[in-house]
Amino acid sequence: MTDGITNILVVGIGGQGVMTAAEMLARTALDQGYDVKKTEVAGMAQRGGVVSSHVRFGPKVYSPQIDPGEADLLIGFEAAEGLRWLPYLRPSGVAMVNTLRLTPPIVSAGLYDYPADPIAELASAGIEVHTFDAGAIADELGNSKLVNTIMLGAISDYLPFPSEVLKACIVEGFRAYKPKLAEINAQAFDAGRAAGH
Amino acid sequence: MNAVVHAQAESRHLLSGNEAVARAAWEAGVRVAAAYPGTPATEILENIALYPDIYSEWSVNEKVSVEVAIGASLAGSRALAAMKHVGMNVASDALMTQSLAGVAGGLVIVVADDVGLSSSQNEQDSRYWGRFGHMPVLEPADSQEAYEMVKQAFPLSEEYETPVIVRMTTRVCHVKAMVTFSGERIAHHAPGFQKNPQRWVMTPANAKPRLPLMHERDRMLRTVSERSGLNEVFKGSDRRIGFVTSGPAFMHVRETFPNAPVFKLGFSHPAPLDRIRAFAGDVDTVAVVEETEPLLETELRAAGLNVRGKDVLPRFGELAPSVLRPAIKPLLGEPYEIPARSQSSVFPRPPTMCASCPHLGPYFALSHIRNLNIIGDIGCYTLGAGHPWNALDTCTCMGASLSMAHGMDKGRGESDEKKHIVAVIGDSTFLHMGMQGLLNMIYNRGNVTVLLLDNRSVGMTGGQENPGTGQDLHGLPAPRVDFAKLAEALGVRPERIRMVDPYELPTMVKLVREETKMEEPSIIITNRPCSLTDRFERLKSYEVLEDKCTGCGNCIDLGCPAISVSRRETVTAKSGKTKELVFARIDANTCTGCHMCVETCAPEAIVQPPPATRTIRIHPHD
Repeated sequence: MTDGITNILVVGIGGQGVMTAAEMLARTALDQGYDVKKTEVAGMAQRGGVVSSHVRFGPKVYSPQIDPGEADLLIGFEAAEGLRWLPYLRPSGVAMVNTLRLTPPIVSAGLYDYPADPIAELASAGIEVHTFDAGAIADELGNSKLVNTIMLGAISDYLPFPSEVLKACIVEGFRAYKPKLAEINAQAFDAGRAAGH
Repeated sequence: MNAVVHAQAESRHLLSGNEAVARAAWEAGVRVAAAYPGTPATEILENIALYPDIYSEWSVNEKVSVEVAIGASLAGSRALAAMKHVGMNVASDALMTQSLAGVAGGLVIVVADDVGLSSSQNEQDSRYWGRFGHMPVLEPADSQEAYEMVKQAFPLSEEYETPVIVRMTTRVCHVKAMVTFSGERIAHHAPGFQKNPQRWVMTPANAKPRLPLMHERDRMLRTVSERSGLNEVFKGSDRRIGFVTSGPAFMHVRETFPNAPVFKLGFSHPAPLDRIRAFAGDVDTVAVVEETEPLLETELRAAGLNVRGKDVLPRFGELAPSVLRPAIKPLLGEPYEIPARSQSSVFPRPPTMCASCPHLGPYFALSHIRNLNIIGDIGCYTLGAGHPWNALDTCTCMGASLSMAHGMDKGRGESDEKKHIVAVIGDSTFLHMGMQGLLNMIYNRGNVTVLLLDNRSVGMTGGQENPGTGQDLHGLPAPRVDFAKLAEALGVRPERIRMVDPYELPTMVKLVREETKMEEPSIIITNRPCSLTDRFERLKSYEVLEDKCTGCGNCIDLGCPAISVSRRETVTAKSGKTKELVFARIDANTCTGCHMCVETCAPEAIVQPPPATRTIRIHPHD
């Protein structure tokens, strides 16, 4: 983290909750007193396209974009997307990648190939990579929509502020708008945190 | 309601540029705001709509939205129109003359450039309009500046009686950053329309005397720019290069060269030439960094300054620190090698149509009929050009499909002699600018088959309302246009107006075949709502019975993202010919039960699973 700036790249596919996860990180950083910028290009994202959300925070942030090779943390909601954005990570960075494989129609139709083993490719890249099946954890907890919170839990020990701060921000958010989901999201966060080591 | 609506002065928020513009409009006492949806500007009006004391509307197109704002301004109200860059092309007719006539209540035009084409058909630099139309241009670099500049734009507009352009880009509109509010709403008195034909009736005789006044206004605005606090010098210790920059490009310059002096232009047109000249005298070399055209650079050169710019920087696309470094470092005599990074070889993931999308049926039909030239338009249905349909041959601008199709019919080349010409357009695009093309085609006795895909929403921008949906910007009931009656009123014969359920594939295919054979204009209108809107009713998902699937692959041709290939098999027929079989599966989470694929399946292998047997467990001790 140079100049005191933390660069987090959250990537996945439209509809997976990438932008919501980035929003939670940005809000928490704001609450911690940092200057924050968050950007994404999501014009066509809800139609199954790639979504990448950049979150930058520190004493003073100018450019909203993370350059290739400058991300401190990479959160991949899907295996091939984790691989796609790997060049954005610094050699000293940490990648947290969900092992989920989502095959788009053009791959299904045989026009392109899905990488045979994206997780192995990530592991051999010479950087710190953690991979786990967030969907399986969500299913165990009984709600497939928890993947988002699980991924945030997984990355929470690699942030420049305590894990509990991010957890509180997420849980308070649910308590305010969907109180019935607050407790299960707290559990999902903890389960993700355990899986992220 | 959004929390920001009730937020007080001095409070701090994480806001997108678009949200910041909305708050600023409210604080500035705007009474009327209008727009047509368009990425990246759509959320400006969606957020303004949250403030109850502003009249706000989705207009049918950008020209109408600007004219609505002009009318409000002439009544003395503060008014705002927002649009994406290509919307300004549509709106410019009104604006070019109103700039000459001037304004009464403050009139602010927020235009958002999609630099880098994340969701547009071209890239444009809207700062040109300031030069072309003699209007001042303000350029915010982030949300806080968007907030402040929109607030300042209104008094500027009123003092100099000019429309003011606030030029945003995707990296202002869609970047969330901190904004501290400095005030709350100040009610703005609207004195009412002051009749003055010499001023407001732009006949040649009345318009001509306005020309010198407009040029005098330019001169005055230049002096305003010279002393404007929006134009700011950031001192720097490394004077080898001084940067002149505006908008988000400033952020990239600061990020990349933190010790360099920077002249940041917020009031970027007319540019403060005297101050820039003084700045240039303090540095060894001046580099102009602007997105995207060399407008400022050309003006500075014309003013006799020897500046660098597009000779090293790209002329299109987004700037970023990674773009600036290799361009500027060599000017400093510091060789810069672009770091070698393994290029990701992961497959592309282009946007696709959605499960149950009502456009799937028409494109299934179009991809199965030969001898068509399919002239497209702007909307989700532009995706029909892609896999697996490959059934769209052109896309240019809003509403172009009908008129371009008409022209292609009239200008038929020899090889097109037996081709049928089809125009494909959506409901909102038809109402925006497409129906004039239909009227023109009827009037001039053309022969085009129009596919009007009415999904009752502006789909691509996120399902906004339009005059065809029955609701307004606020979700309130609104009169709903009857497309069949409209087509008939424009002159399509009633026999040639065909309503169809796009989910009924055999009917869909039959109708397109029939109508394309007619020697007169015809229109096929679909009637299913966008599957991402509340109007769509999700039903029970389907599954593929593996033992019944014969591998014909017909359902795959539909292009539904819920259907994928489960396995492939190559078989040899008795004749010795080999054939590839493609077996399908349906993802139960993605499938929304529209049943379109059922119609493609001869062996009836696609079924709804029987309801799961419910086991009632009794726990007597609970």
